[in-house]
Amino acid sequence: MAYALCFLLFMIGLYCAAVKKNMVKIVIGIMIMEYAVNLFLIMLGYRSGGQAPIVGRGDIAGAGGKVLDSFINTSVDPLPQALVLTTIVISLGSLALMISICIRTYEKYGTFDITEIRRLKG
Amino acid sequence: MSIPLPVFVAIPLVTAFLLPIFGSFGKKGKAAATLLANLATVGLLVICVGSVGQSRVYEVGRWPIPLGINLVLDGLSSLMLLAVSIVAAAAMLFGVKYMEQYTAKPKYLSLFLLMLAGLVGVTLSGDIFNLFVFLEIASIASYALVGFGCGHEELEASFKYMVLGSIGSLFVLFGIALVYGNTGSLNMAYIAKAIAGTGMNVGLGFALALFIAGFGLKAALVPFHAWLPDAHPSAPAPISAMLSGVLIKVLGIYALARIVFNVFGITTAVGWILVVLGLLSMVVGAFMAIGQWDLKRLLAYSSISQIGYVVLGIGLGGLIIAQAGDRLDPQHLTWASLAILGGLFHLINHAVYKSLLFLTSGSVQMATGTRQLKEMGGLAERMPVTRAACTVASASIVGIPPFSGFWSKLILVIAAVQAGFYWIAAIIVFVSLCTLIMYLKVQRYVFLGELPEKLQQVKESPCSMLVPLVFLACLCVLMGLLLVPSMKDNILAPAVKVLTDGVTYSMSLIN
Repeated sequence: MAYALCFLLFMIGLYCAAVKKNMVKIVIGIMIMEYAVNLFLIMLGYRSGGQAPIVGRGDIAGAGGKVLDSFINTSVDPLPQALVLTTIVISLGSLALMISICIRTYEKYGTFDITEIRRLKG
Repeated sequence: MSIPLPVFVAIPLVTAFLLPIFGSFGKKGKAAATLLANLATVGLLVICVGSVGQSRVYEVGRWPIPLGINLVLDGLSSLMLLAVSIVAAAAMLFGVKYMEQYTAKPKYLSLFLLMLAGLVGVTLSGDIFNLFVFLEIASIASYALVGFGCGHEELEASFKYMVLGSIGSLFVLFGIALVYGNTGSLNMAYIAKAIAGTGMNVGLGFALALFIAGFGLKAALVPFHAWLPDAHPSAPAPISAMLSGVLIKVLGIYALARIVFNVFGITTAVGWILVVLGLLSMVVGAFMAIGQWDLKRLLAYSSISQIGYVVLGIGLGGLIIAQAGDRLDPQHLTWASLAILGGLFHLINHAVYKSLLFLTSGSVQMATGTRQLKEMGGLAERMPVTRAACTVASASIVGIPPFSGFWSKLILVIAAVQAGFYWIAAIIVFVSLCTLIMYLKVQRYVFLGELPEKLQQVKESPCSMLVPLVFLACLCVLMGLLLVPSMKDNILAPAVKVLTDGVTYSMSLIN
């Protein structure tokens, strides 16, 4: 269910980026897609009632230093969180560039409407 | 001597961040920055040539393989590295004089090297998330470079490119998330093992579709090509050469081939999808190119057409392997290898001659101040070196023997005929004829005919711009030598083997 909502959010972003005529709204649409994917990644690692994936003294048993199964079965997957941090940084970079291009375009054309900004044709 | 793999990425990346410092030291700083950037690209070229034919794995930070990031150099990556570094060195040298017309040259150099670092990283990375990070580094740098002129058209093209490029990247990221959810690994080899163990399911199938759409957007295959004819002409000429020459191939074709062949394993359906995408790109790109009157726009459409040949070759090889299935006899394998060899050989040829064509277009544009074919003419006497280079590149792309493009197209035709796809061979020859028409048009309107009144004062470009042109033109002539058995076994054959072995190859990396 939660995954379906995530996918719905992704499609809303895609719709917004594809259909809207305002440059800023297109940027917002792309960012919605970005957040949908981030949410999806976080949910992959989520476990309700899970614990932080840091091995404490109580989680190791025996002389061999083996991690207990109970710890492995309840800890949260830390990798998606690292991935999401990375994608947030990347999306910050591309968002900054997109917004600055929007600003420069507005200075040149005096509008954000992409139907009026058409010097190039496909 | 084997150089540690991170050095390949570190050379452009470190230089990229050093250069802006020089920008604040006035004219001398600018000269030093230019020199340093050229040294970096030439250095990269030297170590890439030195590492041809080697294969090794590097574990970053000594984390063992399924846990940490790893870089992998194999036949296919060293072929791509060779193409990237040759084009980068030529474009960088060309830019020394060409970029004088723009302000903020150190920033341009810095972005150029960042893009180069991203491209090198994509070819070397062995896990899919790392591939995504490098893909974004290269893409974001290229968005900024397309809009570098900050004129009306540049900004518009850059925005269009950025929107479509970001959507492509997000498709790829979504695909990566789905793959991680289904297999629990990000390492390509381990994903291949997991998929081979469990088989495909709905989530993985959707992920594969997302990968094809995402990388297809980056490669500008035909239903996804809308951004390319705007973005490539708007960039400064050395950047157009990099974008058309290597960026669409590394971010699009290489990444797609790697994921489809080595991670998911090729199936008949995917093989057909690649073949159809390739044929569509070839035909549509060629038709659109003939009608163009803007020189760089014509070249950009021609890039779409040529990238179709590469995808067709790789897809045809995959299709033959997938159709034979478990009953793969040596004969089918030879046909498949031949098709993939043709695709990859065309890839490296196209990198050389298309970047040469974009550089000559930059040379012409700088001399005449226009890109419109109808406003030019009669430049053959005024710009003899540029003219000669352009003619060599045109002869290559059209496929006139003994120039390089002829051999790769010949191999593709032979492979298609042997495998029984006569109609594909016919389309390949037909598109070649269309290519001939468009490049005759370029020759006719740019170099032949009467010299217009306005262009009487036109002079040949300065020497530092001609050196890369001559270098690439020589390569165009000599590339046919790559088919000589001893060269072929060292450079092309290992790359083909990586793809024909498919998932089996990935498995062999783990053990």
